[in-house]
Amino acid sequence: MEPVLQAKGIQKYYGSVCAIEHIDFEIYPGEVVALLGDNGAGKSTFIKILSGVVKQNHGQILIDGKPVQFASPMEARRFGVETVYQDLALAPDLDVTANIFLGREILRGGLLGRLGFLDKREMRGQVAGRLDQLKVSIKSVAQIVSELSGGQRQAVSIVRAASWGRKLVIMDEPTAALGVEESAKVLDLIKQVKARGIPVLLVTHTLPYAFDVADRIVVLRLGRSVADLRADETDTNEVVQWITGSKTVDRIAELQGHRG
Amino acid sequence: MDNIDGRLQTEDSQTVPAAPRAKSRAWLKKLGDFWTLGILVIILAVFGILQPSFLSVSNWFNTTTYMTETLLLAIGETYVIITAGIDLSVGAVEGLAGIVAALVMVALEPHGATFAMIGGTLAGMLTGVLFGLLNGLVITAMKVTPFIVTLGTMGIATGLTFILSGGTDVVNLPNQLSNIGNATVLGVFSFPTFVTVLCLIAAGIMLYQTRFGRYVYAIGSNAEAARRAGIPVNRNLIKVYTLSGAIAALSGILLLTRFATGSPLTGTNDELNAIAAVVIGGTSLFGGRGTIVGTLIGAAIISVLITGLVILSVQPYWQTVAIGVIIIIAVWIDQFRHRMA
Ligand SMILES: Nc1ncnc2c1ncn2[C@@H]1O[C@H](COP(=O)(O)OP(=O)(O)OP(=O)(O)O)[C@@H](O)[C@H]1O
Ligand SMILES: [Mg+2]
Repeated sequence: MEPVLQAKGIQKYYGSVCAIEHIDFEIYPGEVVALLGDNGAGKSTFIKILSGVVKQNHGQILIDGKPVQFASPMEARRFGVETVYQDLALAPDLDVTANIFLGREILRGGLLGRLGFLDKREMRGQVAGRLDQLKVSIKSVAQIVSELSGGQRQAVSIVRAASWGRKLVIMDEPTAALGVEESAKVLDLIKQVKARGIPVLLVTHTLPYAFDVADRIVVLRLGRSVADLRADETDTNEVVQWITGSKTVDRIAELQGHRG
Repeated sequence: MDNIDGRLQTEDSQTVPAAPRAKSRAWLKKLGDFWTLGILVIILAVFGILQPSFLSVSNWFNTTTYMTETLLLAIGETYVIITAGIDLSVGAVEGLAGIVAALVMVALEPHGATFAMIGGTLAGMLTGVLFGLLNGLVITAMKVTPFIVTLGTMGIATGLTFILSGGTDVVNLPNQLSNIGNATVLGVFSFPTFVTVLCLIAAGIMLYQTRFGRYVYAIGSNAEAARRAGIPVNRNLIKVYTLSGAIAALSGILLLTRFATGSPLTGTNDELNAIAAVVIGGTSLFGGRGTIVGTLIGAAIISVLITGLVILSVQPYWQTVAIGVIIIIAVWIDQFRHRMA
């Protein structure tokens, strides 16, 4: 199977600061990958590269095997890569539907449409359908976002990303500001998104969450991708060793050498 | 979508303070939506009782026509304030557009009254559009805050008004002008009122029903989110300020039709009444919230207060006192709601 998205030899400097030295990464259809790593490992920087917010100095991004260049976040989204930003990026005074369709409003047909008239009913209907599919419980699609709880807001962000991310949905610490119960809801939602066949790249600092939803765990350390593990073939201990550096690439090469 | 959120329910029963806060929030929201209408009704009733002629047909014409001055500016200002901006230049632009229109009409009069009126109107509108465009461009391209930019253009427009008019009234406008200004439309509206009602309806529909209106709210609510969603924020802001300038010019031209004289003093301080009407109408100075209907109520309160106090022969200075008190209450409620949200 071909990866939906592949990143090869990504490198990123901020001036003379090396944020990412070398990352290889791939994600396959219907897969949830957790991106782990200590503070400053380069997770957010990598995600910004994938979502078109910053540009890498070296390396290539391929979608469905074809090289792509993201000049802006808009362009990444045109390729079907959607990001749930850490700081939500919702308009709190607009309702759920308006937020999910923000920047992608459906207009009415005919002359009214050409005058810019919104098809509110159509948008509400579609949002209601998507909330249903993803089993998100929000009282009404016309509810104002500022009236929602933190978890519900995060759900709106995720539903928005899942609605438009044909290729990949990226989430940078979606549970960071949430309590245990709300985090569990977000994890459920990620599983629903996965069940709909959309790959998810999840950044988190909470290992149990990674093990709960991820098929694969990729560890970054000091700007390098150091481990790529199947979640069901590894455990917290091993992952922590990779994150802290007590396990290193050289040793895995050694192990592989023994095996081979 | 009526499925009840199980977690919400447990949350409410677990955390005790959540429920009363939610309740008072809903109550406050209702109050915020309707208290102004209540105040308008009370004011109308009080004036009606104190002076029955206040509820006469002639005073209806009087008050609604007077109201157009504030209301037109307030319509543009509503859009601006919903984007979390402010336009202090509307009064001055209203005055300048009126003077420009008047001067052009006088100059073109020899070529025919109708030609002169059309030419003057176009020149006046163009003035407003250019000032609005200038505001929008400076705010978005040079990233100067709207308050400062429009304070600057307010000064520029006021200065130009006096330079162009030489500080005196522009007279000898086409006679037909006052025929239009004093015409009655549909039996209940003066001509300026009728034009204002059309603008009000168009502005309301545009704000609630079109994508542009949606973007106005989105930008005021969270400009960064709008930008990330791919909304051309700057272009929409320029549109909003241009709209505000154009509508201010329209107001200045309608004043010409009423008085058939172009006064350089027209529009002075009108921006304050307009902003007051918008804020009283529940539009949030923090952006993202506001309605055209609210602005209509706000403008009605201000206008009724002013004409009512005139009818009661109260010293006119009390009007500004009353409006000042209402503004402070309105902003206080706005801030209170903002903190609750
Ligand atoms: N805009 C920037 N300018 C300069 N250096 C930066 C910038 N952004 C990130 N860095 C540096 O790049 C490195 C990687 O940062 P990044 O934010 O990607 O880490 P992270 O893995 O997301 O960490 P955290 O878990 O704390 O969010 C850090 O050393 C950081 O200081
Ligand atoms: Mg980070």
